[in-house]
Amino acid sequence: MDIFVAKEVTKRYAAQTALNKVSINVPENSIYGLLGPNGAGKTTLIRIINQIIAPDEGELFLFGEKLQPKHTALIGYLPEERGLYKKMPVGEQALYLSQLKGVSRADALKKLKVLFEKFEIQDWWTKNVEELSKGMQQKVQFIVTIIHEPKLLIFDEPFSGFDPINATLIRDEILELRRKGATVIFSTHNMASVEELCDDIALINKSKKILEGKVTDIKKTYRSNSYELSYNGYSGNLLSLLPQGYTMLEESTVDHLLTAKIKLPIEESPNALLQLVLPHVEVHAFKEMLPSMNDIFIEKVNENRETKTVNPS
Amino acid sequence: MNKISLIIKREYLSRVRKKSFIIMTLLGPILMAAIIIVPIFIGMTSHTKHTIMVLDETGWFQGKFKNNVDDNGLTFLKFTGLENAGKDSVKAGKYYALLYIAKPEGKMSPQPIIYAEKQPDINIKNYVSSTMEKEVEKTKLAEQGITPEQLKALKADITVTTININESGKEEKSSTELAMGLGYISSLIIYMFIFIYGVQVMRGVLEEKTSRIVEVIISSVKPFQLMMGKILGIALVCLTQVLLWIVLTTTIITVFKTAMPDKFNFSQTTQISKINTTSSNTTSAPKIQATSSDKQIGNDMLSSLFKVNYVLEISMFILFFLGGYLLYSALFAAIGAAVDNETDIQQFMLPITVPLIISIVAAQAVMQNPDGPLAFWLSIIPFTSPIIMMVRLPFNVPTEQIVLSLSLLVLGFIGTTWIAAKVYRTGILMYGKKVNYKELWKWIMYKG
Repeated sequence: MDIFVAKEVTKRYAAQTALNKVSINVPENSIYGLLGPNGAGKTTLIRIINQIIAPDEGELFLFGEKLQPKHTALIGYLPEERGLYKKMPVGEQALYLSQLKGVSRADALKKLKVLFEKFEIQDWWTKNVEELSKGMQQKVQFIVTIIHEPKLLIFDEPFSGFDPINATLIRDEILELRRKGATVIFSTHNMASVEELCDDIALINKSKKILEGKVTDIKKTYRSNSYELSYNGYSGNLLSLLPQGYTMLEESTVDHLLTAKIKLPIEESPNALLQLVLPHVEVHAFKEMLPSMNDIFIEKVNENRETKTVNPS
Repeated sequence: MNKISLIIKREYLSRVRKKSFIIMTLLGPILMAAIIIVPIFIGMTSHTKHTIMVLDETGWFQGKFKNNVDDNGLTFLKFTGLENAGKDSVKAGKYYALLYIAKPEGKMSPQPIIYAEKQPDINIKNYVSSTMEKEVEKTKLAEQGITPEQLKALKADITVTTININESGKEEKSSTELAMGLGYISSLIIYMFIFIYGVQVMRGVLEEKTSRIVEVIISSVKPFQLMMGKILGIALVCLTQVLLWIVLTTTIITVFKTAMPDKFNFSQTTQISKINTTSSNTTSAPKIQATSSDKQIGNDMLSSLFKVNYVLEISMFILFFLGGYLLYSALFAAIGAAVDNETDIQQFMLPITVPLIISIVAAQAVMQNPDGPLAFWLSIIPFTSPIIMMVRLPFNVPTEQIVLSLSLLVLGFIGTTWIAAKVYRTGILMYGKKVNYKELWKWIMYKG
């Protein structure tokens, strides 16, 4: 079941269209990556989901219901541009923001105590925010995002500003929340974290969605029939053993072990390659080279740009 | 609604706890009480005790200089001896001053000289001249064969009393000066508070924008709720301050009134009026008359200060103050949302400050002619009415005009809030963009 659905959402500002008929389907209990270059319209979409701004056209559904103000209590949002009141004590501020999300004061106090201890910032309860380091402020912001146990969490670049230790802490917490049943929409430029965390993605470029689906499916679609072969026992040119149509992408040597990355002709299977090289070399490893999300991202965005230049509208 | 009250609470508490708020709240009433109390003390403290020797060569004024008249602290002693001996004893510091009255030539009036080490204060001069004038007049009148009774019958003593007749037929003694003062002070307070707290609203919005907390908050509440919560929270802060000022000022004055009841007894004006009537046709009379009538006005004002209809005055003050504050603070909030930093504020501040400054300048003219067309229109137009109506109010403005003005003020702030909400909603999420009026207009026209 899809926990959140956007149907043909369009948002126009005076000069440009920020979103052009964008539809997304976020499966329940998934981590859904919202990808796209800067200015593609990701933040606009996220703001529409949070009902900060209203779309010009299109419909949005949460749990099958039309999106409405009461739903803000079910959503936790950590914006990319985030801050806190500088001259307000941390604890009081966390209480205030929790109460705005509809948590009662007593409840919020109990939960905050637990989370503050978990994130090791309990000593900062009475300190003013301006005395905190950036990383600590981020922790406070993360805590108030999840304090009301939202069903849908939206993180816009959640790892920016964290050192590796705290980034891991946050990542583990996100995975923990997913285990407990939450769904996460995750907007980022960091492709490594997309590969690591996301189950599904949507790629938005120039206000349009250009790709959506499961990460594993997308990778399969974009595979290029390339394989990585590690071998030794042959020092000549591997390509000379292969017929026309095979391409050598890269060759390297590590500790007397040679590695070749080879692109096969579209109709050939990996077995054909192995049969060709087996009589000559000792194979140590053989695996398919799936494209990284980074490659797919760059390829799709550039492809989009090329079509744009061919057909200037 | 619950969320708005949370916002109001935060805005209120975070400001009321500030040191600057506490200091202002305590300092204000002390200053205001001082304005009322200090003049009374000034009159009191000048009466130090002095002994003055009188060398009267004419012999006309023997026993006429009374000791400690009107609590003026002066003691007069007869000096027998020569002028120079008297001067020497003043020089030696035995006495405060020597009053030397030489025998005049012919029918001339005697011209006294006061020898003193320090410049003698004005009280001594006034008392000496008025006492001597009285005596000389009496003598001269007797020479003309006119008795003091005949003179009294000839005197024309005219003072204008203004009495306001209100609808219920009740007549109230009024004081134009008091009305002017009260109106001006309350309009000045409104002007000040709109500025001070309007700017606080603006800074508050700008702080939320620059610290980037705003997006976190508006994912849980509507931008309009956040803006109104801030405006209303700060409105409560200024109401708290105004009410504390009124209560504390009244308390301070009441404490002084009970501690020193005689200084606040305003009916003790008979002595001054007597001098006033008896010295009217001599050369130095205008001066005395001026000082005594000033005192008279002062006393009248102070006494009618306790007769003013404070319930009406204060409730109108609060209504117009709130209306004006809400009208302007919505605009201030819009500015805070539209700009990125403090330096960009200036260009948008001008159109807001102009009507405020016009009102406070026009207040002078309105006081002169509180029922004229300028006064009427400025007290009806929402942008100037909070200040101008307060100036007019003590001059008894017709009820229907007050109602009209208040209704327009309510419409006015609904209008500015509506416009401000549109600018605010777009502005708080807009970073790094130089905003101009054309851009603002676009924001206002966005639908949805």
